[in-house]
Amino acid sequence: MTRFITSSFSHLILLIGILIMVVPVWMIFASSTHTSSMINMNGLQMFLGDSFYENYLRVLLYQGGFFKEITALKMFFNSFIMATGVAILSVVTSLMAAYALVYYRIKYATLLFWIIFITILVPLELRIFPTYSVMAELNLVNSYFGLIVPISASAIATLFFRQFYKTVPDELLESAKLDGANTWRFFVDFLIPLSKTMIVAMLIFMFVFGYNQYLWPLLVTTSEQYWTVVMGLKMMSGSIVHRFAFVMMSMVPPILIIIVLQKYFIKGVFQDK
Amino acid sequence: MSFLDLKNVTKIYPNGTKAVHETSLSVDEGEFMVFVGPSGCGKSTLLRMVAGLEDITEGDINLDGKLINEVDPSERDVAMVFQNYALYPHMNVYNNLAYGLKNRGIDKETIEQKVNDAAKLLQISDYLQRKPSMLSGGQRQRVAMGRAIVRNPKIFLFDEPLSNLDAKLRIQMRLEIKKLQQKVGVTSIFVTHDQVEAMTLADRLAVINNGIIEQLGTPIEIYDNPKSLFVAGFIGSPQMNFLDGNIKNKTLSAEGFEIKDIGSDFEGEVKLGIRPEHLSQSENSLINLKVDLVEQLGSDNLVYGQLKDKKDFCYRCPGNLTIEKGADLSLNIENNKYYIFDKSTGKRVN
Ligand SMILES: Nc1ncnc2c1ncn2[C@@H]1O[C@H](COP(=O)(O)OP(=O)(O)O)[C@@H](O)[C@H]1O
Ligand SMILES: [Mg+2]
Repeated sequence: MTRFITSSFSHLILLIGILIMVVPVWMIFASSTHTSSMINMNGLQMFLGDSFYENYLRVLLYQGGFFKEITALKMFFNSFIMATGVAILSVVTSLMAAYALVYYRIKYATLLFWIIFITILVPLELRIFPTYSVMAELNLVNSYFGLIVPISASAIATLFFRQFYKTVPDELLESAKLDGANTWRFFVDFLIPLSKTMIVAMLIFMFVFGYNQYLWPLLVTTSEQYWTVVMGLKMMSGSIVHRFAFVMMSMVPPILIIIVLQKYFIKGVFQDK
Repeated sequence: MSFLDLKNVTKIYPNGTKAVHETSLSVDEGEFMVFVGPSGCGKSTLLRMVAGLEDITEGDINLDGKLINEVDPSERDVAMVFQNYALYPHMNVYNNLAYGLKNRGIDKETIEQKVNDAAKLLQISDYLQRKPSMLSGGQRQRVAMGRAIVRNPKIFLFDEPLSNLDAKLRIQMRLEIKKLQQKVGVTSIFVTHDQVEAMTLADRLAVINNGIIEQLGTPIEIYDNPKSLFVAGFIGSPQMNFLDGNIKNKTLSAEGFEIKDIGSDFEGEVKLGIRPEHLSQSENSLINLKVDLVEQLGSDNLVYGQLKDKKDFCYRCPGNLTIEKGADLSLNIENNKYYIFDKSTGKRVN
């Protein structure tokens, strides 16, 4: 009986927590399916209206921005390119960096690793002006390359891969060597397949990281053609229901990717072997 | 020059540990060589230098007429079976066997042929599609063997491959390894700390202590004729009995008895070694044993007890003799089979 009570109690707390998080999102979604005059007169709505298609289609195709030359669709495209680029580039570089740190006889490999690790303490915001001036001098302002590359060196991912490589038994490398594998083959035939789940987890992690970038894209793009979704959230003009619709849509890509790949995400981060 | 030739090989690890001292050794083609010695004596280091997994600090290693000091392990054409098998966890058994062949650019049909042949030989054909995690210890052991055999290497290297198996399986696999090696005829080096394993497998064995080969020979030679105190104590089960003694004028006096006319001119402090199985009960006895404990193995009895000076002593007798705890036995050494070692150097003197 007491167990029933304590368990009901903890469920109640969880339920309240969930409601606190979900209700605002639901209200935005419900409101985004009404007409703007409805919202202006009656405030936020808890129930669905019937302007869903009308509002969402308009947002996707409306030419927004100061110069009216970008649609939400294009912003989604830009964000997708940027997030995918960041995810792939940072995972590839971290995989290789970790490989070099663990398997090559580099002097001071541990020291090097800690220097890389310390960069976690240096947020992008702190180095944003020097990074910008490098990009400007290389003429990479207003390009996908400029959006992606400066934020694609990930100390966190390097840390994860390095720790994982360190758990791979030496005998595996030795056995592979005797089987005629060179360093490159060992990387491709062993380390990559063995860290498959971790790679997927890191791809998701870095995708969301890239997708959520705000300050850097703001700085490195002056042309509206390169606006991303997260920038658009700030820049969107238009009526309240359209902005709500845009907010709702901006949440879809990261949620989608996590739902589809969550099996790997959990395995990769918490119990990869 | 023989098939595998080690000349004055020394290994000093970067931290200064001297694991192998100026060791020379020859292994003939098709021979089954066993390195045996206590843990930490440098067996694995020696083996790993042959494989190319450790650099050679000094000396030369020749394999099949070629100096291989600087040859990369992937180019040496040697195969190794590790203690924990080191199977590739993400590949199924088939690919575990095929991987080394693929790296050598062999065509698909030949690989399939070879893998299937090896699998049949090792009776693992039914598991080819399984991952190593879905196999029992014995099956993993076979896969590890298969991975070595399938490549038809110049030499097999085994680093204590049986020590992760339970006792019964270990004896079974020991037999199979020996049979397999005879069938395939590949030169092999087998490292173990278990002297029974060493005796049963070896064509010749090298008893290693502190990075030095103490004695090299066939199992029987080493059992019959140990050259040092260490070898005498290490080979043979139960262990040889050792008693303190002193030699003067060809007469050895130990605690409570004397042996006259020993075949040696040595004088001074010695250790007298007597194997438990080289004793028998007789009237005009040399040694008096007070029995503490009798272990009945069926075929044999192991009788443990103490001499007059409270020294522990073991006597092995046929299983049909009944010996009671507390009995006093009079023992004699059969056929003068005793061993005398210089106490200070450990060298055999008779
Ligand atoms: N990588 C290493 N670095 C330093 N010392 C080592 C290393 N590997 C082994 N040793 C030392 O070398 C000696 C021989 O080791 P090893 O060949 O593994 O012995 P065994 O296989 O006979 O048990 C030991 O004293 C061990 O501590
Ligand atoms: Mg060892």
